[in-house]
Amino acid sequence: MIHRECGVIKTTYRADMALYPLPLARVTVVVTVALLVAVPWLLPAKYLVWASLTGIAAIGAVGLNLLTGSAGLISLGHGAFLATGAYTAANMAARLHAPFWVALPAAGLVAAILGIVVGLPSRRVKGIYLAVATIAAQFITEWVINHVTWISGGAQATVSLPPPALGPIRIDTEAERYLLILAVAVVAVVVGLNFNRSRLGRAFVAVRDRDLAADVIGVEVGRTKLVAFAVSSAYAGVAGALWAYYLGVANYEMFTITVSIEYLSMVILGGLGSVVGSVYGAAFVTVLPLALRDLLERFRDLIPVGDVATFVAQLRLVLFGSLIIAFLVTEPEGLARLWRKVKDYFRLWPFRY
Amino acid sequence: MTFFASLLITGLMTGAIYSLVALGFVLVYKATGVINFAQGEFMMFGAFVAAALLTDWGLPAAVGIPVTMVVMAGLGLVTERVVLRPMIGRPAIGMIMATVGLAFVFRGLAPMLWGGTTKSLSLPLPETPIQVLDVRLSPTVLAGAITAVLLVGGFALLFQKSRTGIALRAVADDQQAAMAMGISVPWAFGTAMAVAGVAAAAGGLIWGDLLGVDSYLALVGFKVFPVVILGGLDSVGGAVVGGLVVGAVESVAAGYIDPVVGGGTKDFVPFLLMLVVLLVRPYGFFGKEVIERV
Repeated sequence: MIHRECGVIKTTYRADMALYPLPLARVTVVVTVALLVAVPWLLPAKYLVWASLTGIAAIGAVGLNLLTGSAGLISLGHGAFLATGAYTAANMAARLHAPFWVALPAAGLVAAILGIVVGLPSRRVKGIYLAVATIAAQFITEWVINHVTWISGGAQATVSLPPPALGPIRIDTEAERYLLILAVAVVAVVVGLNFNRSRLGRAFVAVRDRDLAADVIGVEVGRTKLVAFAVSSAYAGVAGALWAYYLGVANYEMFTITVSIEYLSMVILGGLGSVVGSVYGAAFVTVLPLALRDLLERFRDLIPVGDVATFVAQLRLVLFGSLIIAFLVTEPEGLARLWRKVKDYFRLWPFRY
Repeated sequence: MTFFASLLITGLMTGAIYSLVALGFVLVYKATGVINFAQGEFMMFGAFVAAALLTDWGLPAAVGIPVTMVVMAGLGLVTERVVLRPMIGRPAIGMIMATVGLAFVFRGLAPMLWGGTTKSLSLPLPETPIQVLDVRLSPTVLAGAITAVLLVGGFALLFQKSRTGIALRAVADDQQAAMAMGISVPWAFGTAMAVAGVAAAAGGLIWGDLLGVDSYLALVGFKVFPVVILGGLDSVGGAVVGGLVVGAVESVAAGYIDPVVGGGTKDFVPFLLMLVVLLVRPYGFFGKEVIERV
């Protein structure tokens, strides 16, 4: 929202370092969270599904943005980490009957370990070579999940898992699932926002901007890159686990290279290096095809297409691609920057300066 | 031994066609420094154009194939103008993502224009396999391998000897210095994309004949990465060697491992090979080594 700094006096360092130093900004945040919590009662069930999917995507996108946006390491293997999280959680829940609050962190942990392994080439190569190495990781993980029955549990590479439960509360309605996802997503966003202000977060940015210079000022480049991979993969693992819990099933087709590319486009469209931007990007990328389909089905008599579903799938690809290109050409810093521009315009409005 | 030899030879032939796709990729990278993630989609688009011309319109191959190449060269030029030119001088990730966006557009547009069903594309080649030393080869694969060798030879010559080639190399080396020498950078980009379009058309014709034309054809594009990493991103000769190695390794590995694990080895072994190469020799066999020191 539009926050005027005018008339705010900070008297302590704590106040100066607060995540939201302006009183009005704090109010906005509280109101936003309250509105998000109220979504199940405000919106019909269909939009609730959209909101849940956005929440899951946002967690994964925040993670990828820490890696790609903050640390400057391009990853096209985010789907692999989502898959790792999903299958870890699914196997723990289905075989060991692990409760949700054990399976979720475990999913993050296992994904983080895989992330470190995948990140190993980053100690030696960077830029395009690293991007290609992560593609390799994506394909190898896909293959392993598909062919090792111990992980994938049989021919369809599908593991079903019970609905999550927090102690005595079983989470089995759409609204409860949404609130659970929202809670995890809020934690993920807050951790992400603070992460970027921490010593490690600054080290990420230093490595991104100039790795040699970062090395000179005492940042351990190799280790920082691995930490970036670990953190980002942990986020992805949690998102993947949530997704599996949400659908009640983990299936490798949910985690193909296309998913990896979609996550990367969320981060680009949202704004590289911006945590809040990742959330915008996630919402945009998730809702666009759903809304498009909704719209086309509503007006299906007017459009001369045979099958709405396939047409939407194709139109979605074209729209997506054009939007990515359009954003990169005109607004490389994404939706976050666009939103900031709008805010800046209205900050002094109606005065010119 | 015969089993091994036949696997090896089929693999080498397939590998030659991989290098055909990789060639377009290397050309663009060499001249512009852009990693073209849409090369596979480019090829798919070429195959769709060819299928539309040859199968749907029933044009003779002697007309259809050159027209396909011209269309693809034009598409390369348009791509350069709309997508790559505004991105000149931007960081690598932006360039990569722009081509990823392009890949999305092509993958959606092709079935929109020509329908989502698999189209057949048959080149005027004999159907019966050719017997070479106990190994049966499909004429299409052989034709692909020959085309690949010819094109690669031609491009290597172009890059080494011709004025155009030298200008392209200059742009790749240092855009500013090239501009100062009076070379138009947008012209170089356009030429590279147009040539890559022709290479993609050639690849699309061969792959389309082998696999049938649908949007899954674009997945062959991912095989480009192991090929170019192995050979070196900026080496035309490397694309050939990389293609042959990847083709041979995946064919032999699939022959021996597939019966044990039940398929899919071809999707996986090239990437494993690539990871090993990245860790041991990141710039491939013939790539230009970039040395950074503090």
